[in-house]
Amino acid sequence: MTENPGGAVLSAQGLSLVYQTSRGPVTALQDLDMALAPGEFLSVLGPSGCGKSTLLKLAAGLIAPTRGRILLEGQAVEGPTGRVGIVFQQPSLLPWSTVIENVLIPIRALGRDLAAGRKRALALLKLVGLAEFASHYPGELSGGMQQRVAIARGLVHEPRILFLDEPFAALDAMTREHMTGELQRIWLATGCSVAFITHSIPEAVFLSDRIIVMSSRPGRVVREVTVDLPRPRNIATMAEARFNRHCAELRELFKDLVTFE
Amino acid sequence: MTATPIPLSKRIAYPLVTLVVLLAAWSAAIAFFKVPDYLLPSPMQVLSAMNVGYVQGAYWPHFLFTMKSVLAGYVAGCSLAIACGILLAESPTFELFVYPYIVALQSMPKIAIAPLIIVWLGFGIESKIVMVALVCFFPLFINTSIGIKQANPQLIDVMRAFGASKSMIFLRVKLPSAAGHIFAGLQIGVVLALIGAVVAEFVASTHGLGHIIKAAAVDMQTNVMFAALLSLAALGVAGSQLLRWLHAKVVFWDRAAATSATTPSAE
Repeated sequence: MTENPGGAVLSAQGLSLVYQTSRGPVTALQDLDMALAPGEFLSVLGPSGCGKSTLLKLAAGLIAPTRGRILLEGQAVEGPTGRVGIVFQQPSLLPWSTVIENVLIPIRALGRDLAAGRKRALALLKLVGLAEFASHYPGELSGGMQQRVAIARGLVHEPRILFLDEPFAALDAMTREHMTGELQRIWLATGCSVAFITHSIPEAVFLSDRIIVMSSRPGRVVREVTVDLPRPRNIATMAEARFNRHCAELRELFKDLVTFE
Repeated sequence: MTATPIPLSKRIAYPLVTLVVLLAAWSAAIAFFKVPDYLLPSPMQVLSAMNVGYVQGAYWPHFLFTMKSVLAGYVAGCSLAIACGILLAESPTFELFVYPYIVALQSMPKIAIAPLIIVWLGFGIESKIVMVALVCFFPLFINTSIGIKQANPQLIDVMRAFGASKSMIFLRVKLPSAAGHIFAGLQIGVVLALIGAVVAEFVASTHGLGHIIKAAAVDMQTNVMFAALLSLAALGVAGSQLLRWLHAKVVFWDRAAATSATTPSAE
């Protein structure tokens, strides 16, 4: 039953999703094919309403596709399995639970060993720079700190893939730039595959090995760009000609994709 | 950004001033207009009724009767309301079966059932307890159900994506989400519980503060009526304050609860 084209940790084949609304069917995704290699940082870049978040929900098993399928390590996704890590645009932490309890949610949900989970949770909190905030409540942290807790939660059960759905969209510009650098550091430290959903071109170029560009309504892949900048990338990278060339190329593409009707 | 907190001494002293002024105006008005005491008693006459009632002890059995029926009815009505609220929110089938009747019952004045309950359960404390439970039930029932249903869907999605079971989602997301609503329902219930008890006592009872008021009205002993009313107010204030304190303690993450309470903020 299992097949694993090219050893991908995640692959979508002819994936379509049609929503039934009161105004008739809306095609959110159409015949989408993609694959995520082990350890790869992949960005999904597209205008608002291109079905980026839908793709993530499909991969997490939160919704079922209308046609096609999505494979996680060669197995068809048929519901939430807890095998992936997810970080949403909003930190989505439980305000009544401490930071460490929030990070431990996947461990409890999957019925894993709590002592080992706690150790890993503390190590991850250290990795995201929040070791001394373990017993605080989310309400006592800033937006950027909350999102780092969400990243630690997304990684605590050692998923092969971490999905990030515009994780920095709700942050201010300076925090956002800092968090982009932090995410690269965290990703390099853990070695998992990342599917990063964004609508920021520089963010995608800075972080990614590969970028998938999607069009809106219906959402489908219109271009794939491989970013071959050396790692680790830093502020100096953003001044490089190659970085700017990639950005310019993507902007050119978006000029035709985004229509302001 | 934040207003300077008003010191406790002021918050106690200022209302006391209001009280003294009111009492003085009350006494003066009686003396000046020569109001007969079967219409309006003087503060001293109310005090003397309080003395007979609570120092010599004539009201204690009545006070305890009302308090007992309020407490028992409140606990029973509220427990049932939370349980049914959870069922309503979590089971679409249950909702389909009962929803129209809930709406119908909700719009009916519950105290109108009091005579029927007396017929069924008699003059004793049982009819008072059932009446209290009945009037407490609806607001909390609806609030619990709404609170659970309005739990942030994104929090639920996160839990599901990590593989959480339905019971884990309920206990860790839905129930805490509803806590604020549940406490609001509990607060409304305190006042309604007193109304329920007094109404049942009005209809038929040999005990209770409501019975005292009704009996004193017959003899035009207005000072006794005032004393009983004050006792009821004291019960209501004590219950409300206790719940407000509990609300801030239990739902500590709820900003609105924390700021409306008199406790200083955690920071």
